[in-house]
Amino acid sequence: MTTIETRGARLGRLERSALTGVLVREIVNYSSYWKSSTFSSTVEPTIYLLAFGFGFGSLVSTIGGYDYVDFVGTGTVATAVLFSSAFPAMFGTFVKYQFQRTYDAILAAPVDTEELVTAEALWIATRAGVYGCVPMLVAMVFGLDPSWGMLAVPFIAWIAGFGWACFGISVAGYSKSFENFNYVVSAVLTPLFLLAGSFFPLDEFPRWVRLLAALNPLHHCVVLVRNAVFGFDGWEDLLRVGGLVVFGLVVWRIAINAMTRKLID
Amino acid sequence: MAIRLRGVVKRYGSITAVDHLDLDVPEGTCVGLLGPNGAGKSTTMRLLTAQSIADEGELELLGFKLPEESKQARALLGVVPQLDNLDTTLTVEQNLLVFTHLYRIPRSERRAAIERGLETAKLRDRRDTRVDKLSGGMRRRLLITRALVHRPRLVLLDEPTVGLDPQVRQELWALIDALRTEGTTILMSTHYIEEAERLADTVLIMSHGSAVAAGAPSELVSEHAGDEVLEVYGPPARLAEVEAEARAAGMRTRRTGTSVSVLGVEAANGFELDGERRPANLEDVFVLLTGEEIA
Repeated sequence: MTTIETRGARLGRLERSALTGVLVREIVNYSSYWKSSTFSSTVEPTIYLLAFGFGFGSLVSTIGGYDYVDFVGTGTVATAVLFSSAFPAMFGTFVKYQFQRTYDAILAAPVDTEELVTAEALWIATRAGVYGCVPMLVAMVFGLDPSWGMLAVPFIAWIAGFGWACFGISVAGYSKSFENFNYVVSAVLTPLFLLAGSFFPLDEFPRWVRLLAALNPLHHCVVLVRNAVFGFDGWEDLLRVGGLVVFGLVVWRIAINAMTRKLID
Repeated sequence: MAIRLRGVVKRYGSITAVDHLDLDVPEGTCVGLLGPNGAGKSTTMRLLTAQSIADEGELELLGFKLPEESKQARALLGVVPQLDNLDTTLTVEQNLLVFTHLYRIPRSERRAAIERGLETAKLRDRRDTRVDKLSGGMRRRLLITRALVHRPRLVLLDEPTVGLDPQVRQELWALIDALRTEGTTILMSTHYIEEAERLADTVLIMSHGSAVAAGAPSELVSEHAGDEVLEVYGPPARLAEVEAEARAAGMRTRRTGTSVSVLGVEAANGFELDGERRPANLEDVFVLLTGEEIA
C-alpha cells in the first residue's frame, strides 16, 4: 500500500472526500441507534395527530377549507422537521464536542471546521427530509388523499432541515453549557413552533403577529408543505422556497463561525 | 526535519502557554516532550494539528507551513489524543472503518488497512465487539492503531499511557517501539520519565512553555546530574541539614519527598555522608530543571 501523497496539491475548501469522511462516521453511528430515533420520530407526530386531530377535530371539522386532520397532518411535517433537526443538532453537537471529543479526532484528520459543520448539517437535513414525511404518511392512514405534490415534501423538509440543523449547531457553538439550551428552546423554538400555523391558521391573528410569522422559516415550511399536498401557489411558493434557502445559507455561515470559535483557539 | 518550530508563542489571555519554543524532530526519530503538567506539552500538540493557532513564530510540519497548509500535513499525520475519543457504541472494526474514510484511503485498500489495524492492535477476535465492552488496554491499543490506518509518516502521541496499569503500559510501549523500528517519526508527550527514557531517541524537557534542555536521555543525565547520586534518608530536619552540608560543599541536591539526592557525588572530593549510591537518572534531571514545587 502506498501512503497518500498530497504534497504539491493544495487541498481546497469543502472537499468531497472530507465531507464523505464525516458523513460515513454519522451513517455508521446511525446504524447503532436508528431504531430508537425512528421510533420517536414516528410516535411523536402520531401522538400530535391523534391529540389535535381527534381532540380539536371533534370541535371543528374543517378549518380554512381543509379537513382538520388533513390540516394538522400536513402542518406537523414542519414540527417533525424541527424536532429531527434543531434538537439533535444542538444536543448532538454539544455532546460530540464536550463529552465524546469526537471533533478533536475529526479535526486532527484532513478535515476543516467548515467541512465538519457542513457534513453534519447535510446529514441532519437528510434525516429531517425523511422523518419530516412521517406525519404526512400517518395522516394518509387517517384519510389524507395522496397527491403528486407530496413527492416535493421530502425536498422541502430537507431544505428547512438544513437551516434548522445549522441553527442548532450555532446554538451549541455559542453555548458554554447545556443549560443555555433552555433559553433557546423557551424563548425561540417554542414561539416559532406555535407561530408556524401547524395546528391553527394564523389568518385571524393581529397584523403584527402575521408579520412575525412571515419572518418565521417554520411557517413557510408549513405553508409550502400544505401547498405541495393541496396545490402550489405559483410565484408565492417559489419565494417561500427562496426564503428557506436564504435562511439555510445564512445560518450555515453562522454555524461555521460559531464552531470555528469553539474548536480552534 | 519532520517537525520544525522556531520561536513559537501561544497565549491564552494573560497566560503564556507556549513561550518562544524551538523544537526539531528529525525524520525517523522518536522525540519525547517531557515536562510537568501545565508545561505546554498539550498546547504544543494542538498547535501541530492547527487546532490552536500560534500568536508568533514559525511552524513547519513535513515541509508544510502551519496553519496555512495544515490540511496537507494532517493527511500524512497520525494523532493519538490523550483522552480517548473512540466511538463507544460502534464496534472495533467500525471505528477503524470510519478512519479509513476520514484519512481518504482508496476503496481498494480500505479492507487491507482495517485488517492491518486489527492485527497491530491484536484485536482480530474482537472486531465485532463494541468499544464500550473493551478493557482499558484494548481501547488504548485501538486508539493508537486507529491513528495508523493511513500509514502516517509522522505520529503524535499525547500522553499515550496516562492512567494505565504497568502491564498495559508495557504492552503499549512494545507497540510504539515497533512503530519506531519501522521508521515512523514520532513526537510523544509524556510526564512519565521512564517512558521517555525507554522510547525516545532525544528528549526535550519543557517548563513554563519553553524548552529548558534537549538531547539524548543519557547525555542529559551526565550533563546535568553527573554519574552517581547519593540518596540520604532521614527525618525532615536531618534532610535540611544534609541539603545545607551538600550545598556548602558545592554539590547540587534535589528532594525526592522522603530523601535528599546529592548529585554528581563521583566528582566530590572528600564529601562523605551515609546513604545509598545509585546511578543518576532522567528523573534527577527533570526535577532539577523543572523545579521541585508543583506550579
